[in-house]
Amino acid sequence: MIKVINLSKKFGSHLSLDSVNIEFNLNDSVALMGANGAGKTTLIRSILGYYHPSSGGVRVNGLDPIKERTEVLKHVSFVPQLPPPIKLSVSELISYVCKSSGVDEQRIYHYSNAMKFDIRTNLHKSFFKLSGGMKQKLLIAISLAKESEIVIYDEPTANLDPKAREDFYRLIQESKKEKLALFVTHRIEEVQAIVNRQVYMDMGKIVSDEKVV
Amino acid sequence: MKNLMLIAYLDLKESIRANWFIVYSLVFGGLIALFFIAGITESQVMGFSGLSRLLLMYIQVTIVILPIFILITTVRSISGDRDSHILEYMLSFPISLKQYYWGKVFGRFITVFLPVFMAMVFAILYGMYKGAEVPLGLFFLYTGLLFAMSSAFLGIAFFISSIVKSSEMALGISFFIWIFLLAFIDIALISLMMQQRMNAELIIAIAMINPMEIFRVAAISLFDPELTVMGPVAFYILDMMSQKMFVFISIVYPLFLGILFAFLGFKIFEKKDLV
Repeated sequence: MIKVINLSKKFGSHLSLDSVNIEFNLNDSVALMGANGAGKTTLIRSILGYYHPSSGGVRVNGLDPIKERTEVLKHVSFVPQLPPPIKLSVSELISYVCKSSGVDEQRIYHYSNAMKFDIRTNLHKSFFKLSGGMKQKLLIAISLAKESEIVIYDEPTANLDPKAREDFYRLIQESKKEKLALFVTHRIEEVQAIVNRQVYMDMGKIVSDEKVV
Repeated sequence: MKNLMLIAYLDLKESIRANWFIVYSLVFGGLIALFFIAGITESQVMGFSGLSRLLLMYIQVTIVILPIFILITTVRSISGDRDSHILEYMLSFPISLKQYYWGKVFGRFITVFLPVFMAMVFAILYGMYKGAEVPLGLFFLYTGLLFAMSSAFLGIAFFISSIVKSSEMALGISFFIWIFLLAFIDIALISLMMQQRMNAELIIAIAMINPMEIFRVAAISLFDPELTVMGPVAFYILDMMSQKMFVFISIVYPLFLGILFAFLGFKIFEKKDLV
C-alpha cells in the first residue's frame, strides 16, 4: 500500500530523513517510534504529500502523493498530534469533511457519541474554542467515519483522559474493515495490544523493524 | 469546482466572524458616515459638490488605506494557516491545492471588496434620500477602480503569503510594500526628478508601474482634466494618452497585476513544502 523508496528529506543543512526504505501493507498495524527529531513526523508528512523529497520518493497504492494528492487522500485518514486552531464552527468543519470527502455525516455523529463527545450541543461553537480533549475526540471521530484504507495517527491520545484513550483503542479494534494503521507514539505500552509491527527510527533512519504477535 | 466554492464559502464565513472584518467594515462605513456628518456634500471645492465631492473624498482616502488593509488582513491567509498547522489538517482531505488556493482567493476577494463597495452604495442611497443628484457614471467608474485595486493588492498579498514561512515576516513585507508604493507617488517622484535629474520618461514609467499612482490619477482625472491639483507625473501621463484610455488602463492594469501575482503565488504554493 505504501512504499517509501530511498527517501531523503533535508531542511537547510539538517537531514531529517536519510535514504529511508520501508513498505507498509494492508492489515499492518504499525507503531512508529523514536526519539524527538528522529524523523517520524517528516516520514508521515511525506506520505501525506506535504513535503517534496530531496531524493527518492513515496508511492501510495502506486500513486505519487504530491502529483495525485486528491486520489491518494481519498483513502487516507489523518489525526495530528495537536488539534490545529481551526476557526470554523463544528458544523462547518463537519460540512467541509462531508462535502470534500463524501463522508456520511451520521457516521461522524455515531463515532463522536462513541468517543463521548456530544456534537449537537457544540455544533455552533468554534472548533478552536473546544477543550483540547473535545477537539481530539472530534478529529478521531472524523477519521473513523471516513472509513479509509490507510489511517495515520500522530500521537492521537496526547490530549485524552484514560477513559477516552480506552474508547479510542476499542473503536480501532472494533473497526472490522481491513486497513493499514500507522500510530506515531512514544508509549508502546498503549498501542501494544493493537499493533502487529514496531518500527523504530533514529537520526532520520529506520533502525529497527520487527513483527510482533 | 464544488470544492473551490466550498473553500471560498467557508473562508468568507470565517472572515465575516473575525474581528478584523468588523474593524475593516466600520472604517469604510464610518468614513462615509463621517463625510455626511462633516457636511462634505454641502461643501464646494473647484466646482465639485454633493455626492461627487463625497465620492472623490472617499476615493482619496481609500487609495491610502485600502492597500494596507487588504495586505495585512490577507497576507496571513496561507502563511498563518501554515504556521498554526491548520493547513496540515485541512489539506489531509482530498482537496486539490488549486481548489484550496483559488477558493481562498475568491472568498477573501468578496470579503475585502464588499465592505468598500457597500459603503459607496450606502452613500449613494443616503444621498438619494437626501435629494442629492446621483453621479451614476462616477459610481460605476469608482466601483471598477475599487474592484481593480482590491484585485491588485489581494494578488500581491497571496503572493507574499505563499513565499514566506511565517506570518510575522509576511506582515513586515506588507508594510514595506505599502510604504514603498506610497512613497513612489508624486511627492517622492518629484524629489527624484529634481535631485537626480533623471530622465522624465523613466520617472513616468516608474509611476505607471505603481498601481496606487494609477488609481490616484484615474480617480482625479475625471474631475480635473487639467490636473491642476496633481503633481507633474500625473500631468505627463495624461499628456501621453487620452483620459478615456488612461481610465481603461487604470482598471485593466491592476486587475492583470492582481491575477499575475495570485498566479505566481499559486505556482510557489504548489512547488513548496506545504507545512
